[in-house]
Amino acid sequence: MKLKNEWPKHYKREVITHYCPGCGHGVVHRIVAELLEEMDLGKKTIGVNPAGCAVLAYKYFDFDMIEAAHGRGTALATGIKRSRPDLFVLSYQGDGDLAAIGTAETIHSASRGELFTVIFINNAVYGMTGGQMAPTTLKGQKTTTSPDGRNPKYEGYPLHITDIVATFPGVAYAERVAIKSPASIIKAKKAIKNAFQTQVDGLGYSIIEVLSACPTNWKMSPVDSMKWINDVLEKEFPLGVLTDKRKGNS
Amino acid sequence: MDKIKKKECKVIVKSENCKGCYLCVEFCKPGALKVSKNLNKMGYYYVEPNEEKSCNGCTACAIVCPDLVIEVYGE
Ligand SMILES: Cc1ncc(C[n+]2csc(CCOP(=O)(O)OP(=O)(O)O)c2C)c(N)n1
Ligand code: SF4
Ligand code: SF4
Ligand code: SF4
Repeated sequence: MKLKNEWPKHYKREVITHYCPGCGHGVVHRIVAELLEEMDLGKKTIGVNPAGCAVLAYKYFDFDMIEAAHGRGTALATGIKRSRPDLFVLSYQGDGDLAAIGTAETIHSASRGELFTVIFINNAVYGMTGGQMAPTTLKGQKTTTSPDGRNPKYEGYPLHITDIVATFPGVAYAERVAIKSPASIIKAKKAIKNAFQTQVDGLGYSIIEVLSACPTNWKMSPVDSMKWINDVLEKEFPLGVLTDKRKGNS
Repeated sequence: MDKIKKKECKVIVKSENCKGCYLCVEFCKPGALKVSKNLNKMGYYYVEPNEEKSCNGCTACAIVCPDLVIEVYGE
């Protein structure tokens, strides 16, 4: 008998992350580490990590990472990729980081068609700071800052920022995936692989939005969180490819 | 009747690293994983193989585990 799931080379050995039980960040980290190994990119990768629960990601990956000020990930990634176009550059961000305080950086780096990849974790709340309302919070969703549920009359509607940037000519690959079951995780990995290949081929900006559980702030068990992604979150944010300008696909 | 060779598979749970989210238990179709009656050092009721059912080596548990706690062995 042989081991079917080797520990990924670019994930530090036997690490125990600070993430809560059932948090989607852990699964996405593993996918990233597996792909960097499978695509032989690990040695030339520089990651940018956000303010948010993934703030300590540099402790878990074995490639170099730089910590961005809240929301500024794609500004930092722009500088890295432009000064070292030979490197593989990855910005990992949450929805509070990417779609609230970092909106300007997100929109303009995408509109410039910068040649790096963004992993965008959409868990519909500000996780790290205690479950406040995010731009992605659903209508009626209760959070610590929308205790009666998000009311569009006062707090507006959920922001579909990946759909917006997917309309930009410089965005070569955008897809929305979910971490909710073994099959959806396999799909998420394929999507992230497509985004990574888009960067390797120098085709343009690539972004993968991942619907990801925050059981702690959703106040649900991890198993119920998977069901909530499937039954509720996905209805507002449908899964699928939003743009694909790779050869034969545009 | 011809002898059908049963596929050999085994699942190992590194129980000290388990955070007790039970996603693996939920997605293991044959029911080859169960929740232990004991706590690990982190204070979670960890998951362990269920000796009453056999693992088919599908790796679903390892795919959903956010903490890389599970090793699946097979052919
Ligand atoms: C300039 C600045 N403002 C506010 C904060 C506080 N802060 C830290 S993380 C965060 C939001 C994180 O939410 P999200 O990006 O959704 O990531 P998650 O924790 O859910 O993964 C905020 C507001 C900060 N660190 N810096
Ligand atoms: S607060 Fe939410 S996003 Fe942050 S580690 Fe916990 S479950 Fe994950
Ligand atoms: S490999 Fe498949 S059958 Fe075996 S324990 Fe994991 S989920 Fe269950
Ligand atoms: S999925 Fe991993 S962390 Fe969660 S209960 Fe199973 S072994 Fe433990």
